[in-house]
Amino acid sequence: MTRKITSPVVNAETKAFWDAARQNSFLIPVCTACGKAHWYPRAICPFCADDKIAWREASGRGTIYTYSVMRRVREPYAIAHVTLAEGPTMLTNIVDCDFDKLYIGQPVAVVFQETENGPPAPMFRPA
Amino acid sequence: MVRPPRGICGMTIKGKAYIAGVFEHPTRLAPDKTVAQLHAEVALGALADAGLTRAEVDGYFCSGDAPGPGPASMAEYMNLKLRHVDSTEVGGASYTLLAAHAAEAIALGKCDVALVTLAGRPRSEGMATGTAPRARPADQPEAPCEAPYAITTANGYAMCAMRHMHEYGTTSEQLAWVKVAASHHAQYNPHAMLPEVVTVEDVVNSPMIADPLHRLDCCVISDGGGALVIVRPEIAKKLKRPLVKIIGTGEAVKHLTGGSFDLTTSGAARAGPIAFAEAGVTPADIKYASIYDSFTITVIIQLEDLGFCAKGAGGKFVADGNLIAGVGKLPFNTDGGGLCNNHPANRGSMTKVIEAVRQLRGEAHPAVQVKNCDLALAQGTGFQLATRHAGATLIMERE
Repeated sequence: MTRKITSPVVNAETKAFWDAARQNSFLIPVCTACGKAHWYPRAICPFCADDKIAWREASGRGTIYTYSVMRRVREPYAIAHVTLAEGPTMLTNIVDCDFDKLYIGQPVAVVFQETENGPPAPMFRPA
Repeated sequence: MVRPPRGICGMTIKGKAYIAGVFEHPTRLAPDKTVAQLHAEVALGALADAGLTRAEVDGYFCSGDAPGPGPASMAEYMNLKLRHVDSTEVGGASYTLLAAHAAEAIALGKCDVALVTLAGRPRSEGMATGTAPRARPADQPEAPCEAPYAITTANGYAMCAMRHMHEYGTTSEQLAWVKVAASHHAQYNPHAMLPEVVTVEDVVNSPMIADPLHRLDCCVISDGGGALVIVRPEIAKKLKRPLVKIIGTGEAVKHLTGGSFDLTTSGAARAGPIAFAEAGVTPADIKYASIYDSFTITVIIQLEDLGFCAKGAGGKFVADGNLIAGVGKLPFNTDGGGLCNNHPANRGSMTKVIEAVRQLRGEAHPAVQVKNCDLALAQGTGFQLATRHAGATLIMERE
C-alpha cells in the first residue's frame, strides 16, 4: 500500500494502545466493572460509566460488518466496519485484498500498517 | 415507539410559531461574493418575503457555516439587535433543528421574530466535498482511532447502502429511482444545477464513486444559501403571507454506541416519532415530504425511519416513480432537492424547509405543486451516517 495513511493522534486515553501497536500487539479496552469491551478506547466505560478499564490482548479476528471501495481517487482503498471476535465493531481499512471479492460477513485478521509519522494503525486483511 | 408530547405538563410548540418568510438564494456559483454576504442576502430575502424588516429581528439562529464565532460575527455584519441566539451545529440537519429551536424560543417568549440563515461556497472553493476526508480537530475523541482510515462523506454513506442492500435486498436500481424522481422535479426548476430528466439506467451506468454509490447517487456541490423567518402567531396573522405553522419537531443524535450499532437506521427513527406525536398526525397524513438527499440511500433510510414504509421496504417504496409529484403516493423534494437542484454549504435541510413551505403556500412550480397540500414534513440528517450524526424532523401545517 502506498496511500499515505494519516497518523493517529496519540493522547492520554489511547497511549497504551498505540505503544502496544508499535509492538504488533492489538489491545482492546475492557471494563472490569461490567465486563464489556468497547471501541474506540476511552477512560470511561460507555456502557456502565465505570473507570476501571483494562487493556486486553485481542484475538485480532473479526468479520466485515460493511465496507465500501472508494473508486473515485487516485489510489482506490477499502473502508469497512469490522466486528471483532471480542464484540465491538470498529472503523478500519481492508488491505492486501482483491477489492472485487470483499463481502459482508467475510472473516478478516488484523495487520498493522505504517502511518506517515506515527504508530502503526490496525487494519484487516482476509483471513 | 410513539412517545407522548414532550416536556413537562404536556408543554408543546404546536401552533406557537409560524414560518412567515423563506428565501432560497438563486446562485449556484458565487466566486465574487463572500459567505457573510450570502448570509446577509438570504436574510434580507426572507425578511422581504415575510414583509418584515431587519430591525424587527430579535432572535438569530445559525450554524457552523456562519463565518465567525457562533452567531456574533453575522449579528454584527447584519447589525442585528438580539435577545436570543442559538448556533447549534449538527451539520446538514442544522436548519430543521434550528427551525424547531426557534419555535421553542418563540413559544417561551424569548424572541418574537427569529431569523435562521445558511450560506456557503464549497463549489467556488473547489472543495472535494464527498471524496476527501475532512480535517477534524485532534481533540475530537474518536479522531485517534478513525483518522488513519480516510472515511469520507461518500464512502461512509456507501457503507450504509452496502449494509442496507445486504440486510434487505435493496438494489442499485431502487436507489436510482430516488434520483430519477428528483430529476423529474428539477426539470421545472430554472435554478436547478441538473435539470435534465435521468433514467434508472443513467444512474446505474454513471461512474462508481464508492461502492455501491454511483456518481448520480450523490448530491451536487453548489454555492448558495437560504433563510427562514419564524414568528409569533400574532405577528404571522398581521402579515400578508399564507399561514404556515410548525406543529411538531423532533431531534436525535445517533452514534456508534461504544462499538455496538447498526448502520441501516438513522436519527430519524427517534426524531420522527417525537415530531409525529407532538403534531398529532401520522406519516399517512403527510401530503408532501422534503427528505434530505445527500445520497439516494439517505432518502431510503429516512423514509423507513419516519414510518412512510416498513424498515427494509424503502427500496420497493421509492421504485417506479412513487416519489414523483402527480405520479406517486409521496411527492418528495419537488425543487429537485440536493440530488439535482442545489446543496448550499454542503448542508441540505434549509432548502428542505423552504420547498415544504412553498408547497404549503401553493407556491411550488405548478407542474409539481401537490393539490390541497396542507401538511408537510421536512427531514434533515447531518454529519456522517456511518459514524455519528443528527436527525431533525419538522412537521408543518397550512392554516
